Amino acid sequence: MAIVQLTISALPAHVRTARLMATAVARRAGIAESTLDEVRLAVGEACSRAVEAHRAHCPEQPIQLELIDSAGPPPGGSRPGSVTDRVNGSGSGRFEVVVSDRAPAKEPTDTALLDGLTGDSHAYLGVHTPAGGVSGLSPDVGLAVILGLADEVAIEPGDIGTVVRMSWPLGGPDPEDGNSIV
Amino acid sequence: MDLKLDHYTENDTEIVVVEGEIDVYTAPRLRELLIDLVNKGNFHLVVNMEKVEFLDSTGLGVLVGGLKRVRAHDGTLDLVCTQERILKIFRITGLTKVFGIYESVQDAIDNRKSK
Repeated sequence: MAIVQLTISALPAHVRTARLMATAVARRAGIAESTLDEVRLAVGEACSRAVEAHRAHCPEQPIQLELIDSAGPPPGGSRPGSVTDRVNGSGSGRFEVVVSDRAPAKEPTDTALLDGLTGDSHAYLGVHTPAGGVSGLSPDVGLAVILGLADEVAIEPGDIGTVVRMSWPLGGPDPEDGNSIV
Repeated sequence: MDLKLDHYTENDTEIVVVEGEIDVYTAPRLRELLIDLVNKGNFHLVVNMEKVEFLDSTGLGVLVGGLKRVRAHDGTLDLVCTQERILKIFRITGLTKVFGIYESVQDAIDNRKSK
């Protein structure tokens, strides 16, 4: 397993830095070229969401990213598969991104998320613009995009912030073939 | 790369040309331009996204905000985009049903004029 850790201040400009870093590490890990766009967009969404949350609640606190290549060389000689199982339980050969913020978590409302995705799309036009928000869309839309892009996603709201875990298989079939997004 | 914005008038339509990355850092500039155009009486907008390299939900939100503003004046906001990597996020979020998405500026203008 190989890990790259990145800590950024809650500044919009650093979201691009995080995207670039994640894309570079994913490429090095062996993510298919066609999947790199999905990694870039999903990481950008997770970081944008975290930056917006921090700017509203704790702008002085940093946001942490972990980029984990489970197929990389094992630290200290441990078996590669064992670490991956511990990280996300999804077997060996995955690229995982973990974005951890420290803003008070609001429980994601699954129904609201689905309303925005599967209901009448004109609902977007009635979305209230949050104070200080850039997009005017609910942060749940960003999470919905992540759910649509990543192979596996876990969103873990907690007392000290939210952890967004997303991962993609390494060296597997091209997602365009079997997991295309319509 | 950063965001480059330009605009010009063609056939009673204001064409907004966007180049680069639209994200949480750059999207406010696009939002300000759209608001400014609407405030100056431009209610039929076409956003040409052919040179957009990256678009996230923040950018989508800005486009939706622009659409709300022009619709308040019975206007239109259409998009020009043929890049699959950009179109994907419109599909994921269901916004292909909200925006008119065309292959060229001329197609967007012709479609509006034909209605």
